[in-house]
Amino acid sequence: MSLAAPLIERLMPHLIVLPILLPMATAALMLMLGDTRRPLKALINVLSCLTGVGLSIALVYWVLRMGGPQAVGVYLPSNWPVPYGIVLVVDRLSAMMLLLTSVIALASVLYAIARWDKAGVHFHPLFQLQLMGLAGAFLTADLFNLFVFFEIMLTASYGLLLHGSGWARVHSGLHYVAMNLMASTLFLIGVAILYGVTGTLNMADMAIMVPTIPQDDRGLLHAGAAVLAVAFLVKAAAWPLDFWLPSTYASASAPVAALFAIMTKLGAYAVLRVWTLLFPQDAGVSALFGGPVLIGLGLATLAFGAIGVLATQHLGRMVAFCAILSSGTLLAALGFGQPAVTGGALYYTLGSTLAISAFFLLAELIERAREVEEQPLYVSDTEPDDAFAYPVDLMPTRDVNLDDDEQALIGRAIPAAMAFMGLAFIVCGLTIAGLPPFAGFVGKVVMLSALLNPAGFGQDAQVSLAAWALLALLVAGGLLTTIALSRAGVRYFWAPAGRPVPRLRFIETLPIGVLLLLVGVLVWQADAVLRYVNATARGLHDPKEYIGTVVSTRPVPSPTATGEGGLRR
Amino acid sequence: MEVILALAIGILGGSGVWLVLRPRTFQVLMGLSLLSYAVNLFIFAMGSLQLDREPIVQPGLAPSLDNYTDPLPQALVLTAIVIGFATSALFLVMLLASRGLSGTDHVDGEEPDDGTAQLPRSGGAGTTAEIHNQEER
Repeated sequence: MSLAAPLIERLMPHLIVLPILLPMATAALMLMLGDTRRPLKALINVLSCLTGVGLSIALVYWVLRMGGPQAVGVYLPSNWPVPYGIVLVVDRLSAMMLLLTSVIALASVLYAIARWDKAGVHFHPLFQLQLMGLAGAFLTADLFNLFVFFEIMLTASYGLLLHGSGWARVHSGLHYVAMNLMASTLFLIGVAILYGVTGTLNMADMAIMVPTIPQDDRGLLHAGAAVLAVAFLVKAAAWPLDFWLPSTYASASAPVAALFAIMTKLGAYAVLRVWTLLFPQDAGVSALFGGPVLIGLGLATLAFGAIGVLATQHLGRMVAFCAILSSGTLLAALGFGQPAVTGGALYYTLGSTLAISAFFLLAELIERAREVEEQPLYVSDTEPDDAFAYPVDLMPTRDVNLDDDEQALIGRAIPAAMAFMGLAFIVCGLTIAGLPPFAGFVGKVVMLSALLNPAGFGQDAQVSLAAWALLALLVAGGLLTTIALSRAGVRYFWAPAGRPVPRLRFIETLPIGVLLLLVGVLVWQADAVLRYVNATARGLHDPKEYIGTVVSTRPVPSPTATGEGGLRR
Repeated sequence: MEVILALAIGILGGSGVWLVLRPRTFQVLMGLSLLSYAVNLFIFAMGSLQLDREPIVQPGLAPSLDNYTDPLPQALVLTAIVIGFATSALFLVMLLASRGLSGTDHVDGEEPDDGTAQLPRSGGAGTTAEIHNQEER
């Protein structure tokens, strides 16, 4: 890494825009290739995702090297000065979320090239466009630009959700699209009100304007922020705006659902970013506006997710409810507005998102194992191949060996498959339920110890009722998740004695293994990661340096003119 | 002027919300379109309403909002229109796919079997379903 440092220094600040340009260029390139060149497209996609991981690591490395409470890199597209042009900003939070996104994207695409990318057209370009939207939303510092990147991400996600077609996907997709179009409408209303009140769309500039808003307009400002928050909370799957999520995520194809796991976190990210900038602790009348509402919604989401996990029988829906549970935990913890709690919540986000992504991939392998048992020799003659009525890997070929019961000897060659799936299931379950020794536990301990010691360790301070409620719900939610997942584990792994073992391909187990390995690394390197997320949280809740750096950035002077480039401020 | 615009936004928004809550997919699509019109007008209203003013700076006229209209909401509306148009088209495709796969235009993909489709308020919607059923027979 020390060799790469001068290169990273030289590439900054252009490195900031690369995570957006790379997927865009990749998607454009792949659109030009016909759909018959799928192996080539798969190769390009994997290489692009690998490069994306490299770029994110470089950005994380850069913010780590810069140090300070708020290492902020600013990029001015088209060299426009700050309040007029769009601004891209990378700070600790953006870099961390980018890294998480790119890792999950790489895992999803590896899993997809095993067979899912053949289930329909344009999987690879849509996948890259979704990555572009995600990267842009994490990097932008402009409210309307955030809307545009949200829409890019959503439009690509509509296509990806329908990938593979089928009634379940169209049915839940219809609800998903309608819900998100409504959310986009609210997003626009919120942005318009905030623009009307503050006269700017740049988030840092807006943060400067907020304390100067006259008392008469303050209600309008709060209304605008609240409407905007509703749009974000739809994405973050906050109760009662999350009924679309279980059926949508459960019906999406496995690699798509694994990528979608990051989208709920994007909603929470947007809430955190805008909320901490506009209403920080020292914002006077508006300080921490809406915090109690956020805590309440988070607690309700947490409870809803926990009950849902327990109530559902379908494995995919169970994982989707786990995503809601994780989102609720995050939102409730963020609502307290205490840096230490936020730090724990961010750590929890890393662990739970990785585990949920891995779980979505794993759920499909487990479901496939059940299909093997239920209809071992069903091969559809009427369905075209790309409709994927049945996994190609499991179709017995013409001269397949049959055992005494005339059943195909599918997958008995790899008896380790069941062991792998069982172990992966346990790791996912322990992480999501927050039991030791995995990342979910560490995150919860950090959050709860910060909640119960609001003034720091050894200091007597009043613990709020909301903190006790979160403690109770986190513990109860963990218990319910453990019960539900144990029950599912017993049903899928212990009950079926003598069931044929599914055939797993290396390329499908690799991403699950890597994601779960990273969950382990999070615990192994917990100290370093916690230092990073705590610095992130402190910077978020005291955004002066972020605002100062963004607003004081000057355009690059034109080489031909003597004055400043672009417009003068 | 303000009253007319406010009324237009209110009527479009109100009709949009009502249509979005209807049980037929095409009504939902129309509702979403009406809502997006309402929002577009709303964005305009937020950028200080002006009559006969240009957003482009002219020589000799001080560049302030007293002499010009705010150009930014116009750019925002343009972007919002394009995005709304694309997503509505996509929704239309899914609506047709849903109709083709389920044989009904109900948002849940199946006709309600408890007779709610026959309520007086949804007479028009019931008629649509009947026409569809006749087509299939």
